[in-house]
Amino acid sequence: MKIDRRKFIKFTGLTAIGLAGTPAARAFTGEDSLLVNEAGRQPSVENPLTAKRWAMVINLKKCIAQDGCTKCIDACHTVHNVPDFGNPKDEIKWIWKESFEHAFHEQEHEFINEALKHAPTLVFCNHCDNPPCVRVCPTQATWKREEDGIVMMDWHRCIGCRYCVVACPYGSRSFNWRDPRPFIKELHPDFPTRVRGVVEKCTFCEERLARGLMPACVEACPEKAMVFGDLEDADSEVRELLRNNYTIRRKPSLGTMPEIYYII
Amino acid sequence: MYDSGKVITGIIVFLIIITFPVWYNVARGKANYVPELEYPVDTGRCVADSAYIRAYHMDLLNTWRDQVVREGIRVYRAADGRTFEMSLSNTCMNCHQSKENFCDKCHDYLSVSPYCWDCHIDPKELKR
Ligand code: SF4
Ligand code: SF4
Ligand code: SF4
Repeated sequence: MKIDRRKFIKFTGLTAIGLAGTPAARAFTGEDSLLVNEAGRQPSVENPLTAKRWAMVINLKKCIAQDGCTKCIDACHTVHNVPDFGNPKDEIKWIWKESFEHAFHEQEHEFINEALKHAPTLVFCNHCDNPPCVRVCPTQATWKREEDGIVMMDWHRCIGCRYCVVACPYGSRSFNWRDPRPFIKELHPDFPTRVRGVVEKCTFCEERLARGLMPACVEACPEKAMVFGDLEDADSEVRELLRNNYTIRRKPSLGTMPEIYYII
Repeated sequence: MYDSGKVITGIIVFLIIITFPVWYNVARGKANYVPELEYPVDTGRCVADSAYIRAYHMDLLNTWRDQVVREGIRVYRAADGRTFEMSLSNTCMNCHQSKENFCDKCHDYLSVSPYCWDCHIDPKELKR
């Protein structure tokens, strides 16, 4: 049974309100509406966090000082149903720690401070302003959202060709070689799982921003070592940090323009 | 025609075999079987009327999917002005008590296997 687009729109009177949370949208919110879901399990989508260009500043000094801390990683992997296969070959990771010399090999040199060289450095998708993964994706299953710069994933559309995995110079993407569901410790109902044959990565918690929540990793960090904000807003906390600190990015010479900045 | 007896017998046997499921169900008195679905307590709350939902829920869900994922639009306004979050897990399954006795039962009957639930989670199923 097929229905063409025109008829569909006519039939339902489909008028989705793009700018949820505007006074106009609220005026239409009738008595029986369902914007806050079951028992208020999640905040409503009416008041999203928005920006022109989302970015993260990581205070690596603060992070490294918390030796062995995995709170951000645990938070991210829990809320996003990231499976744990227990072996590096099948590993799926959205955010993880890499030694400094590997994360920043351009910064590495013969006489580098030994402690820094091996320091665990927090890495995840850089949400590059010029993302090579997006250029190679044949299905636009990964694309850069123009309004806020988030490099998105559409798991409905990914065909698992893994071009993006090859194109990403940061190893930010993981491929599901096996069905991930049985390997998720505790299913989190507010986020879908993936299936075998798709690629996944950090999405800057796009689904949380839509509910007015900060990214899970940012929220979980006890040291406030991760700061998330709008690069286009000169008064934002990220801009303040970039103004007052010396910051570096991973592999800037590639021209991908990463949006994760590190204070070292 | 050569061997017409054999050919015709063969055709008849073939027809009997491929229509066997139909005869079998008629014989067992199941020809009028329709799945009994578990409906939500208050059907009036649905995002659209039942006739439309019955026929076009897959198109509605596809549109929701595209709007949420591709356009970042998450609020659906029904024909009568009520607003809903465009979400299978949160909005639809907020009223529908049972995926097995509603979605699955009808899909099984019609022999369709949508892959929504390969990824999406029915929060109620999780609680059980
Ligand atoms: S870090 Fe990798 S996956 Fe993320 S946007 Fe850049 S190229 Fe794409
Ligand atoms: S694996 Fe998926 S996201 Fe990556 S390039 Fe292929 S289709 Fe696109
Ligand atoms: S921004 Fe969200 S998706 Fe990305 S690493 Fe942090 S918690 Fe994970």
